[in-house]
Amino acid sequence: MAKLTADFGACQGYANCVVAADDVYDIDDDGIVVLLKEHIEESDRARVEEAARSCPVNALQVVDG
Amino acid sequence: MSVAKILIVGASVGGVRTAQALRADGFAGRIVLVDAECELPYDKPPLSKGLLLGMTDSEKIRLLTEETASELDLELRLGVEVVGLDAEAKQVTLAGGVAETYDGLVIATGVAASWGPWGGLQGQGVHVVRTLAGAAELRTELAAGGPVVVIGSGFIGAEVAASARALDLETHLIDLVSTPMSRSFDPEVGEFFARLHADRGVITHFGVGVDEVSGARGDLTLRLTDGSALKAAVVVVGIGARPATDWLDGSGLRLEDGVVCDEHLRAVGVDDVYAVGDVCRWTDAGTGELVRAEHWTNAVDQALCVARNIMRPEEPTSYRAVEYVWTDQYDWKIQIVGRHETAVVRQILGDPNSGRFVVLYGGEGGVLTGAAVANWPKALVTTRKAMAAGRLLAEVVDKLDGGAAPEAARVGVRA
Repeated sequence: MAKLTADFGACQGYANCVVAADDVYDIDDDGIVVLLKEHIEESDRARVEEAARSCPVNALQVVDG
Repeated sequence: MSVAKILIVGASVGGVRTAQALRADGFAGRIVLVDAECELPYDKPPLSKGLLLGMTDSEKIRLLTEETASELDLELRLGVEVVGLDAEAKQVTLAGGVAETYDGLVIATGVAASWGPWGGLQGQGVHVVRTLAGAAELRTELAAGGPVVVIGSGFIGAEVAASARALDLETHLIDLVSTPMSRSFDPEVGEFFARLHADRGVITHFGVGVDEVSGARGDLTLRLTDGSALKAAVVVVGIGARPATDWLDGSGLRLEDGVVCDEHLRAVGVDDVYAVGDVCRWTDAGTGELVRAEHWTNAVDQALCVARNIMRPEEPTSYRAVEYVWTDQYDWKIQIVGRHETAVVRQILGDPNSGRFVVLYGGEGGVLTGAAVANWPKALVTTRKAMAAGRLLAEVVDKLDGGAAPEAARVGVRA
């Protein structure tokens, strides 16, 4: 399993993560990212890391755990 | 995978993301990333905003560090200019004459900001915003005080003007066109943003050109086409940029406002050469038109596409993405999805005066072709998804209408 983390203070609501993986990321009415899952399967990691890397302010990470 | 060495020229976001995507995709060969700047790769959007305001610094905007480059086994060659390409021999020439061979080449040299006729005043208080070093210098000069005159009201110019006002400097914004950001907005929406800048204390001079800039740092004079004159301590030129392709002259690559590529982002007529980001003029898979976009998200999406196509050249992926660009000015977040030029219908949801709205553009048959979003995150997500799925403007209205008016009062972003 891999764990999702977000820097909610850094998030600027650009929504690239939501467009890349809307089963994992959403944004709320204030434009701050919402993690729809805490953990993802290793098999899904590459796809979610790609979505995380699409964040213009580097607010998203996929970490071990 | 027979390709052993990928050479990426240009280490801005397009080049760096291509390298990262290749490794994520399992590429095990050598990746050499060359850039003319001596700086560790950095991200450009903050240069006209947070960096000028001191809200971020050069270390926070790095795209790679020595450590992360080493983790991905990327060979970083910084401060190395590439001056020529021999596509036949599959090698580039570095400044000094040394040849560097490749199996696959990715062109990611971006664009160079235009100085207009004022390049001779570089270092004399006249700036463009394109590099970290240039932005740092501008920040220092802004700290010494205004007035600041910004020539050109595109995104960069408008963002610099907003930053200068945040620093409480006397700020002028000049453009030949009558509304700011006119390439991105229809005139009515552009007019609204002209008022936003005026409300925040920017002295706007729209429909006016600049005949002459003279003087030196701290004591510049601009003569405008309406006969008036402006004093400035600092002048920022934001009149666009052109693809950095001089080094490709004579290479045999087709160069027309960028490196002309097919729908797979391969340079037409040569093997094993790709382009990503601002420098790439690709063939739209749907319309066959040549398109170029100077947007961060475009560079990132193209990097993913090119990495895939390098790994799987026998079944290449067409580049398809919904155009998306944002600009942050004052406490406003403005995003543009798709395009407005081809629209035949237009609908505004929300209230521009409340600061939370979306302008929807529709083409023939009512299909959504674009949207301009201000301070409305849900509208941004909804329109981006709707564009990707080819939905109708009316469907977006159904989804968003009703949420607009009650929410608007709560945001209260208009000062």
